[in-house]
Amino acid sequence: MEGLRDMTSLRFSPQVAEFDPLRALGRLRAMADWVGLRYHCETSQVRAARDGKPDSNRTDQSRGAMLEAMADGQIAYAGTSDLTPAGVERAMHRAVSAARASAKNKVFAFGEAQRPRANGRYASPRRQPADRASLAELSDLMIEASRRLKVSDKIVSTEASVGLTEVESRYVTSSGTDVAQEFLYLTSNFSATAQDAGDSQRRTLNGDVARCLQAGPEALDRDALLAACEQVGREALELLAAPDCPNERMDIVLMPDQMYIQIHESIGHPLELDRILGDERNYAGWSFVRPEDFGALQYGSNLMNVTFDPELPGEFAGYAFDDCGNPATREYLIREGKLLRGLGSLESQARLGRPGVANFRASSWNRAPIDRMANINVEPGSSSLEEMIAMTARGIVLQANRSWSIDDYRNKFQFGCEYGRLIEDGRLAKVVKNPNYRGVTTPFWNSLAAVGRREEFEIFGSPYCGKGEPSQVIRVGHAAPPCLFRDVEVFGGGA
Amino acid sequence: MSFALETRALFDRLAEDCFSQCAAGEEVTLSLVAEEQTYLRFNASRVRQSTDVRQREIGVQFQANGRKVDLGLGLTGEFDADARALRSALARGREESKVLPEDPWLVPMENRGTSEMSHPGRLLAPEEAIRLFTETTAGTEFTGLYAAGPMLRASRNSLGQSHWFDTESFFIDYSLYTVNEAGENKAVTECYAEREWSQAKFASGFDAARERLTQLRRPSRKLAPGGYRAYLAPAAARDFVGMMGWGALSYAMWKRGQSALAQLKDGTAQLSPRFSLRENFTLGLTPQFNALGEMAPTELPLIERGELRNWLVGARSAKEYGVPGNGAEEVPFVGEAPRSPEISGGELEQARALAALDRGVYLGNLHYLNWSDRHSARVTGMTRYACFWVEGGEIVAPIGDMRFDESLYRALGANLVSLTRETHVLPDVGTYFCRSLGGMRAPGMLVEDFRFTL
Repeated sequence: MEGLRDMTSLRFSPQVAEFDPLRALGRLRAMADWVGLRYHCETSQVRAARDGKPDSNRTDQSRGAMLEAMADGQIAYAGTSDLTPAGVERAMHRAVSAARASAKNKVFAFGEAQRPRANGRYASPRRQPADRASLAELSDLMIEASRRLKVSDKIVSTEASVGLTEVESRYVTSSGTDVAQEFLYLTSNFSATAQDAGDSQRRTLNGDVARCLQAGPEALDRDALLAACEQVGREALELLAAPDCPNERMDIVLMPDQMYIQIHESIGHPLELDRILGDERNYAGWSFVRPEDFGALQYGSNLMNVTFDPELPGEFAGYAFDDCGNPATREYLIREGKLLRGLGSLESQARLGRPGVANFRASSWNRAPIDRMANINVEPGSSSLEEMIAMTARGIVLQANRSWSIDDYRNKFQFGCEYGRLIEDGRLAKVVKNPNYRGVTTPFWNSLAAVGRREEFEIFGSPYCGKGEPSQVIRVGHAAPPCLFRDVEVFGGGA
Repeated sequence: MSFALETRALFDRLAEDCFSQCAAGEEVTLSLVAEEQTYLRFNASRVRQSTDVRQREIGVQFQANGRKVDLGLGLTGEFDADARALRSALARGREESKVLPEDPWLVPMENRGTSEMSHPGRLLAPEEAIRLFTETTAGTEFTGLYAAGPMLRASRNSLGQSHWFDTESFFIDYSLYTVNEAGENKAVTECYAEREWSQAKFASGFDAARERLTQLRRPSRKLAPGGYRAYLAPAAARDFVGMMGWGALSYAMWKRGQSALAQLKDGTAQLSPRFSLRENFTLGLTPQFNALGEMAPTELPLIERGELRNWLVGARSAKEYGVPGNGAEEVPFVGEAPRSPEISGGELEQARALAALDRGVYLGNLHYLNWSDRHSARVTGMTRYACFWVEGGEIVAPIGDMRFDESLYRALGANLVSLTRETHVLPDVGTYFCRSLGGMRAPGMLVEDFRFTL
């Protein structure tokens, strides 16, 4: 993306009044036992093309502050987009009033231990900032990508889009916390739909939403991307001509662009401590994991090693501090298959008395933080993809998620993928369409028979993890190598 | 001044200021989404989190030289600051329109008239809501979300179009829990939503939910995978049929090979003549205008006696494919989607639903639905909350959670036995980004051979 200088850049800086979070906090300090202010400014750009033509040019900026007040051990929140001194003060009054009114009926008596003093900075890795990227060049790339996806007249629709989002976050509190974090997120989606003789098949580059990184526009390698789009188009045609996936129990090899959602739904969510505490049971659900399972439950085979890793460069949900000021560090959640710790920050850890991680996160200024996944990864093992295929008599390699569903305790899952390739007698065989598989979480992870190597480890994620009341979508990252699972129920499409 | 009046005055002033900045050949549509909400989250009858949100977001669609640029900004509420920000957004639109390629499917702006709808409410003060819920539900596992406050939507353009919608309402969406005789967690769910708070109505729903909970104390019946006669209560029917909102009724998605109802259109699959679905804005749950200010028809048949009558067609699809539009909203990822759908009722009296089911599964609620094969309109998902095994028209036991995988063409086709005469309005209780408007009116559905797989 280097090159054009005589251009409109991707940086959007509307004329807005300056806002100094520390100065604003100074006027609020005396209003409660403890107060906090989290300023959040998010500017996002989406550029999309369809069928070789421009489709959408969208720029949004959302800016506001979430005020926190602690009174008699209860913390309450008020979010406002009115950043004038009077507006911020009004919001703090509402937070204080709600904290006092609900203190008698709080779930737990919180204190400053759940809002530790923290000071620090974070910035996403990037080589090219948004203001050095050309809008015209990016739009041109999306149009060209949507053209390259159309490799045949049987491709009836192609889509290409890219999103670039800058977030500035500053968290200050009356106990001396001052954390400033700047994020730069890059997402991209490319798809081709093929249609013929009453059937249609859609193929994407790694799935609809999985291509997510913390990076600048330099991560869009034009030549590699256009070549990949042509491959996506060809594979859509291949699927159109392919037989349906057979219905039988067989071994499966999940590629990293399917592993990410398997990790997300059957490891990430059940380990969230707020779910285990029941906070989420009216909406997203509870968990099969019980407090006594930490340190005891054999979640998967001894090849299974899972980390919470906010430090992996470029992964979508990296950060230095969560939204209560808890410093984020890499931790093993599961080691050699044994469950060690959950996904919960200081509030949940205090309530449950179990170890957790720094993952108290809010989607924006208008939502209170809750326990969220961030980067949850399956650590590399020692088998190559080639070896996994060779050790499989009857199986299937599955790529790119297209369907996901799991029960509210996170036991019975079902996933669908875009592209399946059968394995017969240790060799890759024909391509099949509409591949799906289903299973139950801990038996499934205990059937893990091989884990790919570091060289095959890939980073994906999602901008759309939904949870909470009120609800919020948040960014998550999941990295993994290919993995082999034995004896799984696999099936195809059809009414 | 109320939040609605204050916001309306601000929006009108900003619109006048913005439109006065447009040069010849430039047109602008402004859309507004605003709310002032109290969100109270409860766990086991205690307040887990209280969040008050006051937000106003303005959308700007700028058109010039055959180009379109969409921008969105948060408003502070202070005119001078917001007008400055809006002017810089306009300048940004102007700048972008000079470097972007021409948009072949641009929908030129029109003045689509004016409309105004206001639904004031009578809501609890936040402190009163906290007291009332914690006192009334004390000693139970009452868990859920209360949301209350005004929600505003508006659209104006530089050609004179002006639409306004405001409503003041609340919902309390909650569950009650118990542990049954086998040590399993079991729950019922309930939702009370209106514009005027009634303690008597809340108490009546709460008492009924507690009563239902007693039916869940028996040990669960474990069902083997297979086909079962099933009654989908209105909330379950809403979720199952609601999958049609994931692109199935969208004209754009059909043209792009991604509608789950393509086989219905080409006649290779059928739905039952018992099944009818329409858009019905007389439900009053959501404004009739979309983000561009187009008014949808008050009623629009989508599927009538099993036949596809109308696709939902947004203005951009209409331009691209050369067909008449019908004021549909275009939603990212799913194309045009229903905003106020209503499934027609049938002949079965709801009071006779269990007797008509006779032997099979009563499904109170479903969970986490998704396509398992979109082309075959096949949907997978889970049972949740109050789901029972029924024999001789009587509830025998709750069931363990089951996964289903079933096609709309089968369940709403040859296997659709009957629908209840009574239909229920089920409001949308979504709260992503802001509180959702809308909902669905649905009956209960009796279905033969509903397939469970795990």
